[in-house]
Amino acid sequence: MENKGLTKVDLIFEKIDSKKVMVKAFAMSSAEIIQSMLDSGLKGRGGAGFPTGLKWKYTAAEKNPDKYIVCNADEGEPGTFKDREILDRVSNKVHGGMAIAGKAIGAKKGFVYLRGEYRYLLPKLMIELDSFHKMIHEIGFDFSIEYRMGSGAYICGEESALFESIEGKRGEPRNKPPYPTTSGVFEKPTSINNVETLVTAMMIIHHGAQNFIQYGTKDSRGSKVFSVSGDTPTPGIFELALGMTVQQFVNEFGDGDTKAVQVGGASGFCVPRKKFAETIIGFEGVPTGGSMKLFNSSRSMYNVLHNYLDFFTEESCGQCTPCRVGCQQLLKGVEKVKKGEAKSTYLTELVKLADTMKIAAKCGLGQSVGNAFKSIVGNFKEEIIY
Amino acid sequence: MYQIGNLVKELSDKHGHARESLMPILQAIVQKHNYLTDEAMVEVARELDISAAEVYGTASFYTFLDTQMKGKYVIRVCKTITCSMKGKGDIIQTLEEILKIKVGETTTDRQFSLIETNCIGWCHKAPAILINEMPYTELTPEKVNEIIKDYMHK
Amino acid sequence: MINLFINDQKVSVIEGTTVLAAAKKLKINIPTLCNHDDLCVAGNCRVCLVEQKGARTLMASCATPASEGMEIHTNTLKVRNARKHIVELLLSEHRSDCTKCYKNQNCELQSLANDYAFGDHVFLDLVEDKKYNIDRSSPSFIKDDSKCIRCQRCVRTCSELQYISAISVANKGAHQKISSFHDRPMSQVVCTNCGQCVNRCPTGALVEKTYIDQVWDAIYDPDKHVVVQTAPAVRVALGEDLGYDPGERVTGKMVNALRQLGFNSVLDTDFSADLTIMEEGTELLVRLKKALVDGDKNISLPMFTSCSPGWIKFVEHKYPEFLPNLSTCKSPQQMFGALAKTYYAKKRKIDPSKIVSVSIMPCTAKKFEADRPEMRSSGYKDVDYVLTTRELAVMIKQAGIDFRNIEEANYDSIMGDSTGAAVIFGATGGVMEAALRTAYEIVTGREVPFGNLNITPVRGMDGVKEATIKIEGCVDAWKFLEGAELKVAIAHGLVNANKIMKMTREGKAPYHFVEIMACPGGCIGGGGQPIPTNLEIRKKRMKAIYLEDEHKVLRKSHENPDVIAIYKEFLDQPNSHKSHELLHTHYVERDNY
Ligand SMILES: Cc1cc2nc3c(=O)[nH]c(=O)nc-3n(C[C@H](O)[C@H](O)[C@H](O)COP(=O)(O)O)c2cc1C
Ligand code: SF4
Ligand code: SF4
Ligand code: SF4
Ligand code: SF4
Ligand code: FES
Ligand code: FES
Repeated sequence: MENKGLTKVDLIFEKIDSKKVMVKAFAMSSAEIIQSMLDSGLKGRGGAGFPTGLKWKYTAAEKNPDKYIVCNADEGEPGTFKDREILDRVSNKVHGGMAIAGKAIGAKKGFVYLRGEYRYLLPKLMIELDSFHKMIHEIGFDFSIEYRMGSGAYICGEESALFESIEGKRGEPRNKPPYPTTSGVFEKPTSINNVETLVTAMMIIHHGAQNFIQYGTKDSRGSKVFSVSGDTPTPGIFELALGMTVQQFVNEFGDGDTKAVQVGGASGFCVPRKKFAETIIGFEGVPTGGSMKLFNSSRSMYNVLHNYLDFFTEESCGQCTPCRVGCQQLLKGVEKVKKGEAKSTYLTELVKLADTMKIAAKCGLGQSVGNAFKSIVGNFKEEIIY
Repeated sequence: MYQIGNLVKELSDKHGHARESLMPILQAIVQKHNYLTDEAMVEVARELDISAAEVYGTASFYTFLDTQMKGKYVIRVCKTITCSMKGKGDIIQTLEEILKIKVGETTTDRQFSLIETNCIGWCHKAPAILINEMPYTELTPEKVNEIIKDYMHK
Repeated sequence: MINLFINDQKVSVIEGTTVLAAAKKLKINIPTLCNHDDLCVAGNCRVCLVEQKGARTLMASCATPASEGMEIHTNTLKVRNARKHIVELLLSEHRSDCTKCYKNQNCELQSLANDYAFGDHVFLDLVEDKKYNIDRSSPSFIKDDSKCIRCQRCVRTCSELQYISAISVANKGAHQKISSFHDRPMSQVVCTNCGQCVNRCPTGALVEKTYIDQVWDAIYDPDKHVVVQTAPAVRVALGEDLGYDPGERVTGKMVNALRQLGFNSVLDTDFSADLTIMEEGTELLVRLKKALVDGDKNISLPMFTSCSPGWIKFVEHKYPEFLPNLSTCKSPQQMFGALAKTYYAKKRKIDPSKIVSVSIMPCTAKKFEADRPEMRSSGYKDVDYVLTTRELAVMIKQAGIDFRNIEEANYDSIMGDSTGAAVIFGATGGVMEAALRTAYEIVTGREVPFGNLNITPVRGMDGVKEATIKIEGCVDAWKFLEGAELKVAIAHGLVNANKIMKMTREGKAPYHFVEIMACPGGCIGGGGQPIPTNLEIRKKRMKAIYLEDEHKVLRKSHENPDVIAIYKEFLDQPNSHKSHELLHTHYVERDNY
């Protein structure tokens, strides 16, 4: 196991001359851009962690001349707020990253899907977008971006649900295959990338892939932005190299009494104190889109679990059986156990149900409800029962 | 009816008559009128040539596209874990006291509606709320008092 | 071709085939729920999950295209456990009072429960937490949300096949449900009552509103004279609910069974179908004359048929500007009803207030039609109760009739005679064919120039069919039509009807006469027909209809002796004052939501 410790990095918010980077990127061929992504080992920062270079490669290979690049700014995972901060501070880099992706895959049009909760950012973003459009017009690259707003539905962060929403429909995830790279928004080949992924991509073009891979580990290259909240004296946004242990993270951010860290939000994993030292933050350990929530010993893990289950019960799109009904059963189930109306052994049945949801649900939401459920129930069983 | 018809017409001329225009149009109506009346949804259905049930079905999927009456200022209190750990309960209680309504209700003068919502992306500054589209963070009952007073005088 | 393995057996399929279909090819059954042959893939129930070697999750076989070298297993421990969980989850949200349920023994959820989830259930009952609504407002069907499993078949039916979307999926998460516009009662929305959703609902969430008990009461009431009429499409489908394969004609047995049930008189809607041809054909010819010879600009063409009440309501809601284009003829059911309490009553010397008029229909929209305020021209409710094919099968079972082994019987007289032209009303294109057989002969004095009277261009399952008939050698009265080309079109399923209406609205429809049936395949695919339905089944029923036609001695409406008699004795002539009073109607504009 590689472990490089906790390293602070300044990449995402680094001040750059974005025109210069764009000129550099547009001078590269599509294949060269994709190759630098592959070389950098960059994996998507939206949570699923799919290699960005591959995603672009697949989309670039599609014959359909109408393609899209979509920036996923739906950031709904409880505990993440880094995309908002990125859009607030360096939206020029988000737009730039989209144009570079457009060049790589052969798209002339991009959409930013911004969650409704961040509408207050829109006036500022529109000004930024104007100057971006002027700039790439000057450079002579044919590419434009349009903002589409969400309206309060967490599931619209799931890529195919997001496409449905852009198309004016209910945000219900689609069957896969086909994958977005062949049939995405408006059924056209689409590369959908997280806000941070796009900025990182731009910075990789700027500094080169070699600079990026000095951080992180073999499975988790580079650095990323963490959203730190909960019981911590220093909540906020921090850019750190991947591959540290939860212990190292807690040493930096904990309040001295941390009993658990929820990594990756409600759909992520709960790491209890006894596993801090052995758990790596990254794709080889606990992956995260950036959400890091710390809980100290004053917190009831039953409340945490209940809050998450309540969240999923509401935010499931509701179309598929395992997720729609499964969430309700898990929620009602833990309530009954807590109240003593169901035997504690009922938790075993619920864990089995969570396992079924993991393999039977239609999309990532239903498939990841079990992560938090199993890791909290598994590690804090007494708190759930008594 | 007449008025909403004009607005919907204006909006669909601006955003287009394709299905993809549905969300922007509904969002714009909500920004202006706080919620979607049945008349508004019927008008939108007519303009976009889709069924009213589909307009309703789509709107009701999105928590911000309210199809029930809402006040001029919709207060959304984050109820997700960090806010809930950091005093969301006090915030709700304060709001209920000032506005004399419960969660889910609208003041009789139709100025304020109070509802709960899921994580709004300000967990590091919990507890947080949205009033229409403006976020307010690191709230205390005192701060909430001041903010609402300001809105009352708007 | 794509080669894959399912349960270690190799199978080759063409690209785009689903794993589910590939398995079927190997005679491997995978249970399904949201999947329906007539509808696009949903992939939401997850009952059809299978395991693919090397995949992290299970996959929905109905929604997964077969790919080269796939190794699928349909019955692993993982699959079985997940499937059991899924069925139990569905049941935990579902009010499972099977013994009180109309769909008992005919329910896809129940049979899944039977196969996969018998014994104790682990999950908690969620029904008690839900405020499920039961909507009984529609005269045609009941929508019981406590029986709904959210498979969305109804929603897909209403939008993909019927282009209405009177219902849609609303809300999300635990609150997700099937809803009309803002939860309005189904009787107050754009619903056409076609019942296509009812026909495809796998559970008891959408069922026809049944009037079986009312009909029994009438039968048992010694004061009442109960007449029953049977629509053309019933006789080729009823068998399916009584143990026959699709496509068997059971006309004679059905008549006998109705008599055994205690109906005082068993009559045939086919009689009034023939009558419809006389009235509608004449109306068409008159419209053509006024438009072509008199140059009357107020005449609306194309003229649309009006025998499908679902279609009528579709126009009333969605294309009200074309109400004048609808033939004013009532549907055969309502013509029959109006005559049962006038002509028939007079001839049989029965007080019309004592007559209870029942119709057996392949259709749920006819239940609505019978309730329309316009449908009281006899001075009474012209048709008292409308039962679907399915309800008739229930009554036959209730009465303990051994359907397979009873004798065949003939319809009673007065309004029981019919021709082959009337029989084919039950299939898309049939009204057109029947009308052409008669109109052509009136105009030219000769039979239609098609072998054995079979006008094949208007037959078949194409969504929209077109034909042009050149009129030559007219008799004197119709000389003005000499050389004219009569352009006709036929559409079935409202999604296809909508195509024609769009053309009409854009002024691009070149037709004189258009036949439209609300249901796919016409009445043989009606919302009240036996469940299940799919294209193959509808084709079999259609074949049976044309076979019935070929077996008839008389095959042209104007040759029906009962029809000739009624004009002589009662109605005078087609489109007479009397027939306008009894056999024609008008329509109303309705809201489009
Ligand atoms: C329920 C659910 C919610 C998601 N929400 C987000 C989100 O808010 N932002 C995001 O970038 N990705 C989100 N994703 C992941 C996206 O589906 C997709 O993988 C991602 O946008 C791809 O971008 P990336 O490769 O740059 O990470 C979500 C996935 C699921 C299943
Ligand atoms: S898993 Fe949940 S969110 Fe995803 S499709 Fe199924 S119901 Fe919808
Ligand atoms: S719908 Fe099916 S499972 Fe439900 S009560 Fe009726 S018969 Fe039973
Ligand atoms: S009866 Fe027909 S129109 Fe009405 S909801 Fe069902 S499918 Fe739609
Ligand atoms: S009403 Fe019937 S067809 Fe419609 S979703 Fe419910 S169970 Fe499925
Ligand atoms: S938990 Fe309240 S803003 Fe995230
Ligand atoms: S039948 Fe395949 S998911 Fe429902």
